[in-house]
Formats: sequence, structure tokens, C-alpha cells
Amino acid sequence: MEPIERKFMLQVPSSTANLALIREFVGSTAQQAGFDSSEIAKLELAVDEACANVIEHAYGNDTTKEVIVRATLDEDSLKIDVEDTGHGFDPKSVDQEELEQLISKRKTGGLGMRLMKTLMDEVHYEIEPGKKNALHMMKKLNKK
Amino acid sequence: MPNLFSVETDSADDFAVIRLEGAVDAHTAPQFEEAVQNVIDAGQNKIIVDCAKMSYISSAGLGVFMGFIEEVRDEGGDIKICGLSDKVKQPFEILGFESLYDFCPDVGSAKKQFDEPVKGEM
Repeated sequence: MEPIERKFMLQVPSSTANLALIREFVGSTAQQAGFDSSEIAKLELAVDEACANVIEHAYGNDTTKEVIVRATLDEDSLKIDVEDTGHGFDPKSVDQEELEQLISKRKTGGLGMRLMKTLMDEVHYEIEPGKKNALHMMKKLNKK
Repeated sequence: MPNLFSVETDSADDFAVIRLEGAVDAHTAPQFEEAVQNVIDAGQNKIIVDCAKMSYISSAGLGVFMGFIEEVRDEGGDIKICGLSDKVKQPFEILGFESLYDFCPDVGSAKKQFDEPVKGEM
């Protein structure tokens, strides 16, 4: 039997006002996939962090730009791709310092990245600055 | 999908209680930040953030707790976090907030916690 794959897409203006809508989209898709409420909360947070980074950093809060969230659902996992055409960045440049060090340096950058990496099973970037950047994330579905 | 968020401040007694309701994300965190700044500007440094009605928090909201903690502690005060449900506690735990901040079940216990030494060494 052919594996079943379902695809969903949300395209919204690049505004933090749309983060609630993005979380709703991810939550509904994850629920359809069969994730439990705790896993759904993790997915919503990871994708929110990815999209907030795009809106604020890749697009510099330019609301004429658009953020695209693609979700691909198969029997074993949910894959989420967040796409933008803004300034890409080198994920390796993000500090992975401890909380205490970040506080004393008055820095809060990199927290979103740390959350994403903890919450998802896979996270990786494809960067083509000004053309297309994509953040690919995957979470496995733990079957009961 | 509207983000129903509100922040209220109650500055009675020796404490300022900031009550968060709804989702604290990159869109709403600036309102939370403004509330904390207003409390500090008014000379208050014993701050309790009541999260009992908070449904969600992302790193933008967590960054607000981080941005003020040193300043408040330098003045002899603290920021206590109370009322966190299991649902919203996870990002605090992932980033290690428990080693630096006091988590209290409710506002009453948070007030008592101010009599104890401040958590973490900054």
C-alpha cells in the first residue's frame, strides 16, 4: 500500500499579530495527525518561535512580506517548513550560552532556537539570502 | 484567530502584582514589558507575576523576565513567578528558569517568598 501523505499550507502577512493564527494552524494539523495535547503544545511553540524569528529578524517587521508555513503529515511524523525570502542568517552564529550568562550580558537572542531544538526531533536550515530561506522541522508521531 | 491577551497591575501593599491573561508571544510581550517597566519606574522592586490565567508563553515573554531581573535584584527586590500550569511550564524548564527564579503556587506564597534569600547567584 502507498504511504499516505497529506499537505497543508498557511501563507500570512509577516506580522506578529498572525502568530496566534499560525499556532492555531499548527495545532489543528497536529491534532489531525494524532499528537496528544502535550506534543501539540510543543509543536505550536516551536513553529511560533520559527515564525517570530522570520517576522522580526529576516523581514525586520515588514508587513508587506509573507511567511509561509507548510505542514506535511504522514503515518510516522509531522514535518513543518517555514519559508521566507528575507535576510538569511547563520544558525551557528546564535549563542548557546546559559541563561545566567545571557542575563548578565542583557541578551535574550537564541532562546527561540534553543526551544525549537529541544521541542522538535529535527531542525535544520536552508539559507539562500534574499531568495528563499527554509527552516525544516520534524516531529515523530509516537504511536500508542 | 484573535489573541486575547491582557495584563493588569495591582500595586497595593509592598508588592506589585502583574497578572497575565492569555497568550504571551512576540506580539503581546511588549505590553508585558511595559507593565514591568511602569512598576519599576514607580519605585517598586518586589514584583510578582501571576501566570494563573496565562495560556501560553514563547521566548519573547520569557525574555521580559530576563530583561529586568538584574536591575530589580540590584535594588534589593526580585521577580517571583506564580501560578504556572503544567501546560505553560515547559519553556521555563527547558531554558533553566528554575535555577534562577522562584516559582510559587500562588500570589500569597510568592509574597512570603520575599522573606527568603534570592534564588541563584547573579
